[in-house]
Amino acid sequence: MSDWGKVRLHVVTGKGGTGKSTVASALALALATRGRNVLLCEVEGRQGIARMFDVDPLPYQERRLTTGLPDATGGRGVVHALHIDAESALLEYLAMYYRLGRAGKALDKFGVIEFATTIAPGVRDVLLTGKVYEAVQRNARNKGAIEYDAVVLDAPPTGRITQFLNVSNELAGLAKVGPIKAQSDTMMTLFRSPQTAVHLVTVLEEMPVQETADGIAELRSAGLPVGGVVVNLVRPRDLSAEQLAAARAGTLDRAALEADLAAGGIDVTPELVDGLLAEAADHAERRALEDSQRTLVAGLGVPSYELPRIAGGIDMGGLYELARLLREQGMAPAGGER
Amino acid sequence: MARSTQHRPTRVGPATHERAGTLDVDALLDDPTTGIIVCCGSGGVGKTTTSAALALRAAERGRKVVVLTIDPARRLAQSMGIEALDNTPRPVAGVAGEGHLDAMMLDMKRTFDEVVLSQASPEKAQQILANPFYVALSSSFAGTQEYMAMEKLGQIHRDAQAAGTYDLIVVDTPPSRSALDFLDAPERLSSFLDGRFVRLLLAPAKGPARLMTAGFSLITNALTRILGAQFLKDLQTFVTALDTVFGGFRQRAQQTYSLLKADGTAFLVVAAPEPDALREAEYFVERLSEDGMPLAGLVVNRASPEPAGDLSADEATAVADRLRRTDGTSVAAALLRLHADRVRMVERERTLRERFATAHPQVETVVVPALAGDVHDLGGLRRVGDLLAEGA
Repeated sequence: MSDWGKVRLHVVTGKGGTGKSTVASALALALATRGRNVLLCEVEGRQGIARMFDVDPLPYQERRLTTGLPDATGGRGVVHALHIDAESALLEYLAMYYRLGRAGKALDKFGVIEFATTIAPGVRDVLLTGKVYEAVQRNARNKGAIEYDAVVLDAPPTGRITQFLNVSNELAGLAKVGPIKAQSDTMMTLFRSPQTAVHLVTVLEEMPVQETADGIAELRSAGLPVGGVVVNLVRPRDLSAEQLAAARAGTLDRAALEADLAAGGIDVTPELVDGLLAEAADHAERRALEDSQRTLVAGLGVPSYELPRIAGGIDMGGLYELARLLREQGMAPAGGER
Repeated sequence: MARSTQHRPTRVGPATHERAGTLDVDALLDDPTTGIIVCCGSGGVGKTTTSAALALRAAERGRKVVVLTIDPARRLAQSMGIEALDNTPRPVAGVAGEGHLDAMMLDMKRTFDEVVLSQASPEKAQQILANPFYVALSSSFAGTQEYMAMEKLGQIHRDAQAAGTYDLIVVDTPPSRSALDFLDAPERLSSFLDGRFVRLLLAPAKGPARLMTAGFSLITNALTRILGAQFLKDLQTFVTALDTVFGGFRQRAQQTYSLLKADGTAFLVVAAPEPDALREAEYFVERLSEDGMPLAGLVVNRASPEPAGDLSADEATAVADRLRRTDGTSVAAALLRLHADRVRMVERERTLRERFATAHPQVETVVVPALAGDVHDLGGLRRVGDLLAEGA
């Protein structure tokens, strides 16, 4: 079982530079166990998914992206991808609900589409989240459309996420009555339900952790369900607390280190040993800062998951590795159970 | 066709074969003709810290500086004495030397309100300020923050010229997804206010275009059905009211834009050594050169520190694995792994920077190594300032 068994909409947010898109992609791979369909959406017009998976830029149309991470028995599901932009979402919305054949075209001609999607960010957000809502709520009545077991949204950053999901609130001042108002209320019901979880990605540094704490408080006060915290880019933890302390104090056993290096077949020079010890001291300083931030994350009162920093950068193989780590830590089901 | 900010600009290739060297930050700060430094870049690359560090360094080298920040970390703001969001520059205490440093944090809504109040009659202004569309536009319109940062820059510059208060303004730009947003914002706001739909809302029943009006009522009917009648009414009130102050808006935006193109301005593009951040930096550099805007250079923040010695990552990893097989807790193995990681990261970052330099050889660059901790006092800012200058 996973920590988020009931959740069908996973919203992934995070401060810029923390790797939120990477985590969203890895989570989608991890959720796609045998027989399951997962949809990975992006809404910021960045084409980050296409770049990450090295495919052509995504259109406003669901595309099969890749297969999920295999489970113990080799079973795997399918990850689909969708790039949502507000203009296309509005046109689709109008066609679907109002059959605005002629008027729909006229709207575009008179610049209303551009107007509606640029002016009030509320309207823009409703359109973007509305499409996500539609994908989550699909059922057998929507002929020909894929039903998803889970939808992962690569969402706007932490500073904007509550506003982004709190659509009915954003619209409140603008559209007080009418179908858009009613629809945004229905969407809020899903976003506030246990079927949704907003996960926050952070790194173990002061500002991102602070922003995560602020983000959690904001989500809670808006009644939006907080999911887990994914701690990304974690440094290796091979050294014990005593060894780290020794590394900082400069008291690591130099002779033993030299002997080990020589035993490993390395040409030991004083410069090399000095360099390694200096790197160890630097690492120990950063680890101490990480540990103090880790304590703060633990105090946030939500499940947390850790992903390592991959020195060579993230490629496809790296994404599957991160997906495996998320599954192992219980963020996604292990699969093979259905 | 309306231009959309969703789409990337066309790319621009190398301008020269000559490789520019390292950016000399102190020369830039000391040059009396440098009047404005704008720090741009995508979110999370350390723009705020970089701009504060530059401002402090310039002040301590004798200049009269004001730094305009957007969203500083709480403790950094506290240490600079700008926790209060009052939209007025306040002196920073503890600055050494002859120069001085003021700092302020941008209050977007307040800046917008002030523009409205200064442009419209009191009655009209109140009408605008109370309109729900104005509230949405002024507090969360994508681009308002950028536009207001420019507006505030223009104001401070005019005041400084008149009173001689400052000889250098350092501007931090909003944490937008794309660095280009800062340059596009004023145009986006104007094109919105100048858009056909807004024009139609302003004069729905007038003019010879009867056919257009027929088409227009089709639209208003559709909108009323979807959004409710009040929506359209509020919108019309808003657009009508704003139209009276719009001339002023556009004029100010254009003034500030030409200020940015002037000789005294220097753009610094800030990036982290990551593919996304450097790609944004490339777009920005290309845009500046196409628009003939003065680019001073690229700051690559948070670079991984250089590894010591010439032990390769592969060898270090292989030996670490071997040592770990005999002793699972081997310190030597742990240190070799750290070394291998560091070598790989540095190599990767170098490749990324190299790629940037090949495409944009004319851009002077300074690489700032990552600090172990966050910066939240003047001491930390001085350290960053030293690192920025050390590159030279």
